[in-house]
Amino acid sequence: MRAVRYWSTSHSATMEKLYLMLEWLMVKLDPLWRAVGYERMDRPMAMLEKGVKGFLFDCQMCGQCALSDTGMSCPMNCPKSLRNGPCGGVRSNGNCEVEPDMRCVWVEAARGARQMHSQQSIEVIQLPVDARLKGHSSWLRAAQLKVEEEKLLHGLGK
Amino acid sequence: MKFKDEPVVVGDPLPILPGHNSAGRLERILRAGVFAVTAELAPPDSVSVEEVYRRAQLFDGIVDGINSTDGSGANCHMSSVGVCALLTRVGYSPILQVSCRDRNRIAIQGDVLGAAAMGVANIMCLSGDGVQTGDHPGAKPVFDLDCMSLLEIVRTMRDQSHFQSGRKLDSPPKVFLGAAANPFVPDFDFRVERLAKKVAAGAQFVQTQYCYDLPRLKEYMSRVCDRGLHEKVFILVGVGPLASAKGAEWMRNNVPGVHIPDNVITRMSGAENQKAEGQKICIEMMQQVKEIEGVAGVHVMAFRQEESVPEMVHRSGVLEGRVPWYPHCDTQYSNSDLFMETGND
Repeated sequence: MRAVRYWSTSHSATMEKLYLMLEWLMVKLDPLWRAVGYERMDRPMAMLEKGVKGFLFDCQMCGQCALSDTGMSCPMNCPKSLRNGPCGGVRSNGNCEVEPDMRCVWVEAARGARQMHSQQSIEVIQLPVDARLKGHSSWLRAAQLKVEEEKLLHGLGK
Repeated sequence: MKFKDEPVVVGDPLPILPGHNSAGRLERILRAGVFAVTAELAPPDSVSVEEVYRRAQLFDGIVDGINSTDGSGANCHMSSVGVCALLTRVGYSPILQVSCRDRNRIAIQGDVLGAAAMGVANIMCLSGDGVQTGDHPGAKPVFDLDCMSLLEIVRTMRDQSHFQSGRKLDSPPKVFLGAAANPFVPDFDFRVERLAKKVAAGAQFVQTQYCYDLPRLKEYMSRVCDRGLHEKVFILVGVGPLASAKGAEWMRNNVPGVHIPDNVITRMSGAENQKAEGQKICIEMMQQVKEIEGVAGVHVMAFRQEESVPEMVHRSGVLEGRVPWYPHCDTQYSNSDLFMETGND
C-alpha cells in the first residue's frame, strides 16, 4: 500500500534503527541458523520477510535488499527498477513518469536518506540485480555475509 | 578542421593520444578545451543507407559528434548500433546511445563489443524512457541494468578488460563514456549528487535534457563547479528549437522530463512567426550557456527540425569560426555555403 510505503520513508530514521537492531539479532542467531541450516531457513524466513517488508515498503522480494542505502524507499517499486537514483523523467510534482499517481521512488529515497544516520550511503553504486536471488531471504543472506566478514576481520586481527 | 594525425584511409581510427581512452574526435575536441557541438540524429524507419547518410550530412561542418538514439521515446526505429556502424564507415564521429530498457546485460555487452569493433568511439549510457510512452506499450520493459551499472560495466570492460561476469576479454573496447543528466526535474538537491555518482561510475561526458530554464541551469552548474565536478566530466547542455507555442505546451505535458517555463511559452505565443522565434530562443540559449562556467559544449536536439540546425549553430557563433571535420571536407563543400572555409586548423 502506497500510504504505508510513504509513511515508512517519512520515518526512515526509526526504520534505520530497527534495521540495525534486526541485523544485530540476525547475526547473534547465527548458531541457530547454522544448526537448522541456512538453506532450510530460507523459505520460512522469506515468507516472514515478504509479509513484513511487503507491508512496510511494498517489497518486491528481489532478495538483495538495498533499503538501508536507498532512504528506506524500495527501488524495485520504480517501474524501471532503477537502483541508483531517479531517471530524467520525474514529473515537476515529483511523481513518476510511468505511473503519474505515484511519488517517484527516488524522490522519496532522497527524502528518506536525508533523515538517516547513514545519509551518504545513497551515493554507493548498487550492483545490477542478481536474478537468481529473487524470492529468497535477504535478511539471512545479509546475516551470513556479516558473520563471514566478522570472521575474516577477526582472523586478520590475530 | 583537421587533426595533424588524420588517418590516411577515411573511416580508420585516429591514434589514441596519451591519457585518452578512445580513437574518437569528440574526446580530442573536449580534452583540448574547445567548445564542442553535438547533435542528435533520429534513426529512420527503413533500411535505407542513403537516408542515414542524408540525415548525418545535415550536420556536416558543424558538429563534433552525432548521437544516434536507441529507440527514443520507446519507439521502434533502426538500431543505434546499425546507424553508428554506417556512420563510422565514412569517418563520422557517432555517439552510440545505449538504453537499458530493451536488452539485458548479455545483449548490451555484446553490442558494446560489436559497436567498438565497427569503430564507434563514444558510448552514452542511458536508463531509457518507459515503454508506456512509445508505439509498443505492451512490450516487456527489461531494465536488467540501470544507467549507473551500465556505465560501470562498460568502464570495467574498457579498463579491466573483463565482462560483468568476470570472464576475460581478449581485447577491450576503447570508448569514451557518456551519460545523461537532467538538472530541470526533482529532486533538485539530489541531481548534483547523481551527477557525482555517474562520474564515479565512469561518465566522462554528459549531455543534458533540453534547457529552457537558464536560471535553473546556472544554479545547477554553480553547485557542479563547487564540487569540482566540471573538472572531471565534460558537460554539454541540451538545446533545441520549439516549433510553436502549442507544440511547446504539448511537449511539457507529454514528453517526460522536459521542463519549459511559462515565460518561454508566453514569448512563443506572442511571436508573429513562432517557428522563427523558437529558433531564436535556441540560438540565444546556445550563446548564453557558452558563458556559464563549466559548460563544455552544446548538444542540439532538433527533432523534426534537423534542417534548421546548421543555420542556428552558425548564427549562434559558438563554434567561433571553427569547422569540425566531416567526410570529404577536403574535396567538397557542405550543403551550406556558410561553411566554405575548411582545414583552418
